[in-house]
Amino acid sequence: MRPAGAGALAETRDLVTNFYTFEGVVHALNGVSVVIRRGETYGLVGESGCGKSVTVRSLMRIVQAPGRIDSGAILLFLNDSDQGAGVEILERTETYMQSIRGSDISMIFQEPGAALNPVLSVRDQVGESFRLHRMEQMIDETLAGLEESRRGMRSGSPRRLVRALQGALLRAESRGFKRFAAAVSRIDAELAQLESRDEAAARIRREALNDARDRARPRGGASAVARRIPLLRRYRRPLDATIRRHVVELLRSLGIPNPANVAERYPHELSGGMQQRIVIAMALACHPTLLVADEPTSNLDVTIQAQIVELIKDLKRSTISSVLFITHDLGLVAEVCDRVTVMYAGDVSETAAVAELFARPLHPYTQGLLASVPKVDQREELSMIPGAVPNLIRPPEGCRFHPRCPRRMEVCSREKPPAVEHLPDHWVACHLYPPAVRKAAAGGTT
Amino acid sequence: MTPDTLVDVRSLKKYYPVTGGVFRRRIADVKAVDGVDLALKRGECVGLVGESGCGKTTLGKAVLRLHKATEGRIYFGQDPALVEKVEVMLAAADPAERSRGRALARTMDLNRLSGRALLALRQKIQVVFQDPTNSLDPRMLVRDIVAEPLTAQHLVKPQDVESRVLELLAIVGLTPDHLLRYPHEFSGGQRQRIAIARALATSPEFILMDEPTSALDVSVQAQILNLLKRLQAEFHLTYLFVTHHLLVVKYISHRIAVMYLGKIVETGPTSEIFERPLHPYTRALLSAIPVPDPLTRREKIILSGDVPNPIDPPAGCRFHPRCPHAREICRTAEPPLAPVDAGGRTVACHRWREI
Repeated sequence: MRPAGAGALAETRDLVTNFYTFEGVVHALNGVSVVIRRGETYGLVGESGCGKSVTVRSLMRIVQAPGRIDSGAILLFLNDSDQGAGVEILERTETYMQSIRGSDISMIFQEPGAALNPVLSVRDQVGESFRLHRMEQMIDETLAGLEESRRGMRSGSPRRLVRALQGALLRAESRGFKRFAAAVSRIDAELAQLESRDEAAARIRREALNDARDRARPRGGASAVARRIPLLRRYRRPLDATIRRHVVELLRSLGIPNPANVAERYPHELSGGMQQRIVIAMALACHPTLLVADEPTSNLDVTIQAQIVELIKDLKRSTISSVLFITHDLGLVAEVCDRVTVMYAGDVSETAAVAELFARPLHPYTQGLLASVPKVDQREELSMIPGAVPNLIRPPEGCRFHPRCPRRMEVCSREKPPAVEHLPDHWVACHLYPPAVRKAAAGGTT
Repeated sequence: MTPDTLVDVRSLKKYYPVTGGVFRRRIADVKAVDGVDLALKRGECVGLVGESGCGKTTLGKAVLRLHKATEGRIYFGQDPALVEKVEVMLAAADPAERSRGRALARTMDLNRLSGRALLALRQKIQVVFQDPTNSLDPRMLVRDIVAEPLTAQHLVKPQDVESRVLELLAIVGLTPDHLLRYPHEFSGGQRQRIAIARALATSPEFILMDEPTSALDVSVQAQILNLLKRLQAEFHLTYLFVTHHLLVVKYISHRIAVMYLGKIVETGPTSEIFERPLHPYTRALLSAIPVPDPLTRREKIILSGDVPNPIDPPAGCRFHPRCPHAREICRTAEPPLAPVDAGGRTVACHRWREI
């Protein structure tokens, strides 16, 4: 197993995800190990069915039934406190995942039309991120605003009384949130300490803590009562205004023309490119550490694709730390990514820096893939990989690429090749590059 | 117009009505194709490029006569000299001359043919659609799918159908044991091969390729592209290759026509267009292609905004709201598709000489 290395942000180790369908078990991921480092744009590339989407869905723990993560580990190194061992998210509860999704890790989906809710306006959908993850800040800002406007009013005036009531209820809500946040961080800290311990007592304590985290809710006291009473419910209006201001600000920062107007629209009123910007806005609302972009441009036109890619590159420079970019388009990989992993039929074939991978592809699949893409100066006939991607219910034994491989050997159909660092920071999983002869081959022609 | 022209499209328009109000009256038109001239030589592959909604599929369907164009003529396999004569008559100032021209065109124009004459032409025109999962009937055997055009057109005797089907399957790289299977048993690439075999069944002269590789994986796409190229040379086929994937077009076509919002903005030989694009839209389109080579860093032209609504296209040049070089004349006058040189390049831009 390769070490996490310095500066890792997320890592999967020998991840196995299967889908239990009527036709049989689809072995979608066959022991996938990838490392996403801090501050890089990391590409996952492969053909349909190679498991690139399942990998990120596993990473975010949103694999849908009948799929299941059967073994392996997923480690997150989000903040300095867990820089050492990392958080093993497969052991955490669903509520923990919910607090991470959309705030520390967020995702842009392939089809913006399907990712957006057609019955909610843009303001509500983008605002949801603020409501779920940054409510405390929103309430505090609203309270400050209320205080400001109250100061200008005559004492005892009815409007001032209304403001005072709103303030009191919001403060109650804020207290509830603060207590909740404190409790949750206490639980998480203790869990992190117990993380890798295996004795029975630790396991029982872990379970109890996970249960407690599931049960924890922000309690609003008086505000919870007020929210159920029709007229009093309106105490939250200034809060809505604050969230709306943030949404419009966010839309403006993404270069959406006329953001105040767009915020009130519904998804069907927007073009595909604009919808994708809204999805990006939702993903960026909480300044995620890792942005996962699952084929963000494959349903868009080339000129719109260029706009969106440029936007993601800009955001990478300015706001987000790391981007995990999934695509089947090698051209996009070359343009966007720093490091890239090529996947085939649920296996990692090759991982290297982009320039390195395009200059010296080692795995026969990578070589075939690069050769089968039409180039700008394509003159001779396109070379092609014979055959088709295998059915993953009955994947080929050994190396899953061997039936299509032009350089297959006898060992390929028996053993799965291990990942080997054949050149510095250039990993490949192929029997052509056995671990023992690494040094000899590294000096050779490859 | 050259003597070996096979398909000649003249000022073709296709409007889709938009209805509204209590009586569902026609209140506007979606101008999907708005005056297109395009000629395809025999044995040539013309790539039709453009973004979604620019009318490239509508144009293709009109050439297939899957729907009737609103206006314009499509000549298929007609004597070019005669076509030229009819066109001159149709453009004449004298109304009597014009009506004589219309009478002549009625028997030549694919858009106005019907019955037997149309059926005979259909034999020569075939199509391969984008997604083979949808274009093949899931309840039919491969044998029946490929044989259907043969039996529908009564081209071979019933006892010879099977041998002809086997021959077609061999041409596209399938084997006899594929004969009695259903489409769902095949991979995407193989399904597209079945669709190609079906298109070849009637020995057509012209095949419309409507994004035949965009539903396929990269490694399979290369197989299909090589197959199509080989078939074209072998059977002297004429392709109209509709796609938005520019590198695919570059690989397979001899000439390119770039469409934007219902109009052709530039045509020319593939290599020349890629080397020296003249229209600002073509330039932006070409610069936006992601190049699979991390070492080439090209200056990208990022267009602002989206494609406008074809119900109400911008006045003047349709590209002017997104064009970085737009001037006053672009907002008022519509540029004609004018020849650039003797090599058959045309461009519809007021300012191509300056920019």
